[in-house]
Parts: sequence; C-alpha cells; structure tokens
Amino acid sequence: MTWRMAVAAACLLAGRVLALDGQPGLHDPSTVIAENGKYYVYATGGGLPVSISDDGWTWRRAGGVMQAVPGGKPGADVIARGGNNTWAPDIIRVGEQYFLYYAAPGTQPKAAIGLLVGKTLDPESPDYKWEDRGPVVWSDGVEDSNAIDPGVFRDPGNGTLWLTYGSYFGYIRLVELNPKTGKRLYPDRKPVNVAINSEASIMIFRDGWYYLLVTHGSCCAGANSSYNIRMGRAKKVTGPFLDNMGVDMLQGGGKLFLGSGGRYVGPGHFGLLDLGSGVQKFSCHYEADLDRGGVSVLDIRPLLWRDGWPVAGENVKAGTYEIESARTGTALELAVQGTPVGGFRGRGGRGAPGPGGRGAPGNAGAPPAPPPAPIPAQEASQVSATWPSSAAAVRMSSYMLQAQQKWTFTPVPDAGGYPGSPFFKITIAGTDRTLAATEDRELVVLPAFTGAPEQLWRIDQLVDGTYRLMPKAVPNSTEPMALSAVGSSMPTLARLNAESDRQRWSLRTP
Amino acid sequence: MNTSSRRVVAPARVAVLWLALSALHGIAAAPQEGRATTRPPAWSLAHPSSPAKPAGAGGFIQRWLLLEPIRVPGQLTETAVRAAVETDFAVPSTPLPREGDKVKVGEVEVVWHAVDTLNYNVNLYHFAYALNKPTTNVLFWAVTVVNSPREMTDVRLAIGSNAASVWWVNDREVTALYNDRQAVVDDGVSKRLTLHKGANVIRVAIINAGGATDFCARFLDENDRPLTTLTATLTADGRETRR
Repeated sequence: MTWRMAVAAACLLAGRVLALDGQPGLHDPSTVIAENGKYYVYATGGGLPVSISDDGWTWRRAGGVMQAVPGGKPGADVIARGGNNTWAPDIIRVGEQYFLYYAAPGTQPKAAIGLLVGKTLDPESPDYKWEDRGPVVWSDGVEDSNAIDPGVFRDPGNGTLWLTYGSYFGYIRLVELNPKTGKRLYPDRKPVNVAINSEASIMIFRDGWYYLLVTHGSCCAGANSSYNIRMGRAKKVTGPFLDNMGVDMLQGGGKLFLGSGGRYVGPGHFGLLDLGSGVQKFSCHYEADLDRGGVSVLDIRPLLWRDGWPVAGENVKAGTYEIESARTGTALELAVQGTPVGGFRGRGGRGAPGPGGRGAPGNAGAPPAPPPAPIPAQEASQVSATWPSSAAAVRMSSYMLQAQQKWTFTPVPDAGGYPGSPFFKITIAGTDRTLAATEDRELVVLPAFTGAPEQLWRIDQLVDGTYRLMPKAVPNSTEPMALSAVGSSMPTLARLNAESDRQRWSLRTP
Repeated sequence: MNTSSRRVVAPARVAVLWLALSALHGIAAAPQEGRATTRPPAWSLAHPSSPAKPAGAGGFIQRWLLLEPIRVPGQLTETAVRAAVETDFAVPSTPLPREGDKVKVGEVEVVWHAVDTLNYNVNLYHFAYALNKPTTNVLFWAVTVVNSPREMTDVRLAIGSNAASVWWVNDREVTALYNDRQAVVDDGVSKRLTLHKGANVIRVAIINAGGATDFCARFLDENDRPLTTLTATLTADGRETRR
C-alpha cells in the first residue's frame, strides 16, 4: 500500500460517523419524541424497551414501558383480541397526555393494537406511569388486515387524530381517533384502506399534502433484509395516496424514500422529528449496521424536501469542506492574504496548446508542446508561513480553492451531540487552527483546539439541503446563536432566524 | 514617498478648486495647469446645500468630504493596501478636514471637496474625471460626520467599495476590503460597534487600480436593518462646511 492509499483509507475511515452513539440497538422504533430536553424512543421487544438520550446523539436503554403498566403486560382485552407480544409502538403527545400505541400480535394476522396513556415520559418522575386503555383496533385473523405497526398522526390543519396500521396481510388501514381519549372516534365506521403490501405506516403533512410513508420488503434477516421506505401523497387524509408516477399505494405504488446504502442495510419504520426553526429529522432503524456487527440500530437523519417530496438527507460526515454562504455565495476563510493556487502566473497562451499560443509568428509546422502539468491542490503547509500564530480573524471571500478557505470537520468523541450527530470541531485543513465563538458574539480562529464548548459545532442540515452551524456555547450567553452572513465578507453569530439565507450554508467538497 | 512632505496647507478659499454649479449642482473641473479644457460636472454629485443630509430610506450616507486622488502603485492585495494607507497622508490621525483644505502630497497639492451624492453610492470616477484628475492607480480619502440621535449599540458599518478600502469609525479601524472588486451593498461589514449620541467621524481610504471606482456606506441595526434616523454633516457641529 502506498502512502497515498494509506492516507485515502484513513480518510475513508475518518469520514465515517456511526449511526448514533451509546446503545442505539433496537428494532421497529417509534417516533422519537422530546420532553424537557431529553429524547425518548420505544421499540419492539418484551415489555416495550425504552431508550433515552440527553442530546439525541448518545442513547441508553432504560427498561421497558410495561414496568409502569399495572400488571406489567398488555391488558386482558388486548391479549384476547391479539396476543401477548409487544411490538412496534408509536407515540404522540396530545394536550397534557401521551398516547402510546403498540402492537400485540398473536398468531398473525390475528393481532390487536393497544393504547397506553401517560403524563410524562421520564421514568424518574413521580408522575411516571402508563394507564392501559385497552385495544383500539384489531384483526381477526381472517380479514385482509394484520393489526400491527401503529402509526399515529395529528392533522396540523384541523387537529384531528388518525391511526394507520397493518402489515402485508392485506391492507394498511386508517381510522380516526378521539383526541381526548386516544380511542377510536367512530368505532362503528369501517376503516379506510390506504395502501397494500407494506407495513410500518405513518403519515406526515406539509404544504397541503398528506404523505403516507410505509416500509416495503422483508425484515428481520440482518443484512439479507430488503426493507426500504416508500411513500405516496394525497390531498385528503383518506387518500388516494399516489406515488410520483401516479400509482396508487392501494395497488402497490410507492416512491422510494430510503433504501440500503453506505454501511446500512434495510431501513424501515420512518418517524418524523420536527425540531423547528427549519430543521426536520427522521428516525428509522436499519436491519443491519455493518459497523456494529450487523445488528439492528436506530438512526436519526436530516429530512429534506424537494419538488414536493420528502428526501432522506445525510448527517454531516467528517471531511474537508468549503463553507459557502447561501446569502452571498462567498466562502468562510481565515482572514489572511491568499496566494493563488500554483503561485502567481499568467493564464498562458490562448487557443490550442503550442509554442506561443494561437497566432504566434514563426510556429507554422512546429510540433505541439506537451500539455501543461496539473497544478496540485494548495495545502496549508505551502502558504501558512505568513499566517499569524495567534488568534486570527474570520471573514468571507470568493472561493478560490485556497488553503485558508478549506475547513476540516472532525467529530469530537465524548463531547455529546444533537439529534443524529456528534459535535464537530472545525479547523483549517491541515492545521489545528480552530473556529470558535467569542464572548462578543463574533468569530475567531484560535491557534489550537482545546475542546472548549465554544469550539464545538452543531451542524444541522435544513429542509432545503443547506446547513446551519451553531456553536455549542457562546461565552457569556445562553441564547442559541448561528453562524450568520451579515454581509458579503462578514461572518458573525446571530440569533436563530430560520427564514433567512443569512444562516444557510452550503458545504462543498474542495 | 515621504510622509513628511504631506501636510495640510493653510486653509484657503482658492476659487480654482471649486465651482458651485448653479445649473447642474455638480462638481466641475477647475482649469488645470497645462490643460485648457474644463470638463462637465459630475452628474451624480452636488454641492451640499443644507446643514445636514438625512440618511435615505436605504440608510446610505450621502454627504462626504472627498480628497482629490493621490497616485499610488494601484496594487490591491492586503499588503499593498496596508502599505498605501499607512504610509500615505494619514487621514485617520489628522484633524477633521474642511472643504477647501489643501494637502501637499509630494510635489502635488490635493484639495478636499464637499459633495452630496444623488445616488446611494459616491461615484469617485465621476468626481475625479470632472476635476481632470487621474482615476487609475489612485488613493481617495473620504470623511464624513454621522450624527446619531442617541447612543446606539450593536450596530454595524456596512460598506461596498470599488476597489479596496479601509474604514475607521471614531478613529478605530472597523473593516477593510482587499483585491479588485465592485462596490456591492454591504460587501464589507464591521463587527458590532457603538455609535455615540451626536457626532461620529467616519473615514475611509479607497484604492482603485483601474476602471470605475465608487463606494457606498450605511449603518445596520442589530437585526441588519439600515439605520435611517442618522444624518451626515461635514463638521462635528454641522454649522460650517468651509474654513
């Protein structure tokens, strides 16, 4: 292996960020839900396993829901309608209550979906307990339905509450719920069929469209699982849900939202995590995380929107980037005098390569000159001799491929994170010169990274695909602040403003 | 160049330096030594005719004292601009000039002119061309007094310049732009600063290598909105414009 190959391999390894930290192993996750700054997710398994995170990045197991349910298991009515398994829950907050729906299958397709109601998610709270409200929907084992995989949805337009459910045996079905009780609002009405040949259904809403996301393929076979998340959309909550080609999901349609990729096989069980201020994320599980021995794990990733459809974004990877302002198109740089890549030189002769260029006298019949040699990328070590050794200013300028304009993002271990990602340090490529927030709400490049919170950066991808960069802390300030382009050449820190291009940045690979 | 040779000449009301154009209210060239022609006035500039010039809706500062251009090498890198600004006639360290003040730069005498720009920007090419002065490889100095109705914190000076420029607010350098560039609104923005209640002195050096040359400036509030309650005068008390 040459040294170049070794460096390339090291870069590939460095560029990989695991799907979450701590104990993210689980299957069939619920929607990730936040309460008092903590994040909670529930999953398939005995007692309905609970996972908790203080920051959305590092997760820990915290027992099971059924420990806080009288009797420690589904109620007798639920077991009678379905069975005594506890699978694939989903959760929503309505007013002061949490409704937690879970599947209780018996011998499929005989199954039921039960409801638990609680006031808090925090197992440490004296108010922590779950009340069993019994079965909500069920399938009798004969009908074209398998009442598992609940997905609960609140219509932001009118506040109505809906439940989708089902799995392969027949249809994905929709019923309306009573927002006060969590049970069916019209128990005598026939459920609406909205899709077929899928499971793990859930709905989201945006800009007048209802989106039904489901999981196709097979699960539970590790790296041999073909799970993939697909979707359709409708103008009415009851459908019809058509994919991008107009195929009804009742006839098997479904535009691909996310399939296997990278080191992850078999994504399924979509859940929306709307963090507000222009940031949406989604949760899912992968049937196999190859970096964790092929076990099933939770992940949280950016949710983007393009042409009226949700798009699965990627969490920021370690690497070197140009940080380009969406407001001005100028790039963040260390405020030093730049040196042209390859040094100062003219543009050379015009026209075809040859001695003297096009039209040069006396060259008729002369053999063409060899093409000029490539100019290597500019490295900091080539041009940094005149850079200040102390703290230096930051500014923005037209991107010229110069060393002071290239920033390396490196995840910082054991420094915490935010939903889906660890905090990063941001350094001038090839150096330890570190971007940091100052107490006067401006920016500086320090000579070296020390791990201080003002040197740690949260990098969220926004729904339009651009990024927002926020320091973990700004000295002497408790207000969340984001990297902001206040003019073409001036970066600063400013209060969050989701509506403005000032705080939107493109990350481009140099 | 020898900085010791740059000095403020005794105030003079030299008629040849200023033609108040009653028809077009512009800046016109005085008869220059060795030149027989008078150029038309700068159409975008007028002589101030009021005690103070309010910032417009866009917040742009439209009243300035401009020093006739000084020849410099015309290099626009940070190093070259610093060298030109720090070794040439050092306006930031001088008393506030008045209209008609003369400055000796080497063997050349240059004069301060008072202008109101009719646009958001100050067109230095118009200014110099009308005076039959060079526009290429030159350094311009400009000074104004911005009057604030109250102390304002967390504001920013936002400027654009063609080409490089260095800016001072109340004798403190606050922003600079280098390299060849066009004057784009809010191209360069200072860090947060405080405007005193009353007079605040703004000074700028602009270096042009060739072609058009102009600048614009305004202040932004903490939400990046232009400050429109400021006025510009040519003296701290706003009463006199000429010695």
